[in-house]
Amino acid sequence: MVTRFKQQYGSGVEPLTHLGQNYMVVDRSLIPEILQVLRNQEQFDYCVDLTAVHYPQREKQFDVVWVLYSFSHNERIRVTTRIADGETVPSSVPIWATTNWLEREVFDMFGIKFDGHPDMKRILLPDGWKGHPLRKDYGILQQDNEWVQINLGIESGQ
Amino acid sequence: MTDPNTLSPLDLETPDKTFLDANELVINMGPQHPATHGVLRVILRLDGEKVMGLECVIGYLHRGVEKIAENRTYTMFNPYVDRMDYVAAISNGLGYCETVEKLLGVEAPPRAQYIRVILTELNRMASHQLWLGTHALDIGAITPLFYTFRDREEILKIFEKYCGARLTTHAFRIGGLQYEAYDGFEKDVKNFVSFVAPKIDEYEELLTTNRIWVERTKGVGIISAKDAIALGVTGPVLRASGVKWDLRKAQPYANYKNFDFEIPTGQNGDTYDRYLVRMAEFRQSLRIIQQAVDGLPEGPVMAKVPKVMKPPVGEVYHSIEAPKGELGYFIVSDGSTQPYRVRVRPPSLVNLQALDVMCRGAMVADVIAVIGTLDIVLGEVDR
Repeated sequence: MVTRFKQQYGSGVEPLTHLGQNYMVVDRSLIPEILQVLRNQEQFDYCVDLTAVHYPQREKQFDVVWVLYSFSHNERIRVTTRIADGETVPSSVPIWATTNWLEREVFDMFGIKFDGHPDMKRILLPDGWKGHPLRKDYGILQQDNEWVQINLGIESGQ
Repeated sequence: MTDPNTLSPLDLETPDKTFLDANELVINMGPQHPATHGVLRVILRLDGEKVMGLECVIGYLHRGVEKIAENRTYTMFNPYVDRMDYVAAISNGLGYCETVEKLLGVEAPPRAQYIRVILTELNRMASHQLWLGTHALDIGAITPLFYTFRDREEILKIFEKYCGARLTTHAFRIGGLQYEAYDGFEKDVKNFVSFVAPKIDEYEELLTTNRIWVERTKGVGIISAKDAIALGVTGPVLRASGVKWDLRKAQPYANYKNFDFEIPTGQNGDTYDRYLVRMAEFRQSLRIIQQAVDGLPEGPVMAKVPKVMKPPVGEVYHSIEAPKGELGYFIVSDGSTQPYRVRVRPPSLVNLQALDVMCRGAMVADVIAVIGTLDIVLGEVDR
């Protein structure tokens, strides 16, 4: 499968293995197509997880990671794409319904927007919250003081 | 007189435009509601008693576990994972320890793995007992709660004797176990197995053919195998829809490939089948515990693990079959003593997403049954 992908998409796909786990780094522009192919032709019918990792030193700051599983092959694969701050990712809700909440969580925690998501809003934090906590520049004690003061009535913010 | 402008009507922040339809009634359930098993808020869209759709509002228990992980060393973060699914703390610990062990390239010694399996399966039973008691209580049967809590106590006693804690146990360490099992551990476990086997029949006697129970659960909250896979639902909920899939068999971890057990499945994907699947899982867990305690090898319980853990640069995803479904950890290491990123894939969060699909067209009272049957723990949903 990986060699076929390599032939078809050339340098846009970079297959890798670490500790016996397969994953591939895919160019942002190829994401919708590759996910579609993985779902329909390679039978990765179960999207286990979707998450992101923040690398502030890099030019393309974020890794967006899909963890996929195929029931028929009993096989797992991860798809990673790199995007810059402010760049969007096409939503995979039409491919796997489960990514609905997962994409909302990535948006909530990292501020990455997904194009075409049916309901792109925060999920764990309150709607009016400012900031995205899992970014590396967000301190561990940091919070939206204004929100806390207005909504919880705690003057000090703590 | 109050100024009408200062009073916001119901303050439901008008979630969806469909909610403005005059024929529909919008009801808020929770976040403080005994049947939501924690702080879950559900906004129900009703047509009479029929559920037209619902929206879950979550996050009330969000503690930023993933952020905390980035600011702790690998060892320091270990107790935090117990606080996610707090009724199955040992499973959380197993998943985390195994993932870090994978990153480090170490493996726990056989004796440690056997003890891990025993404790994890005991925890699965404790989690299912808590589920059964509260689920039956929600539907109106009070007795099962007393029965299950009476027997769960025996499991918690073993935990307490083993590691001093009953709920948030922190039972495992990266690389194995910190302590050898206490004197009489094997005897306690064996006694427990023979004690609890007839008790499971007792639960079944109360419910399986009980007419009220069957009426309230059969055909309620149906989810097809296709929908369940599309929504990423795992665990007993998926198996009750007829998908024979269990990570303990599909991708064996710990020592599960050495044990003989079956994967119980259902056919209809309704609340009753999910009940039957979990009841069957009790018995399978007992089988595993019996085999593990009979074959418990001698030897060390801790692998050689450096005092200061610095896993090599890289990322790894590892998942286990927790009582609620697939519990996954995605850990990125940058070669330092602290994880660069820890992502937890919680089964409860993903399973809860199916609530909308399962409740559409059902009655309001069925929503309670379906929340119960999903077996969610809000500590894990919100993290």
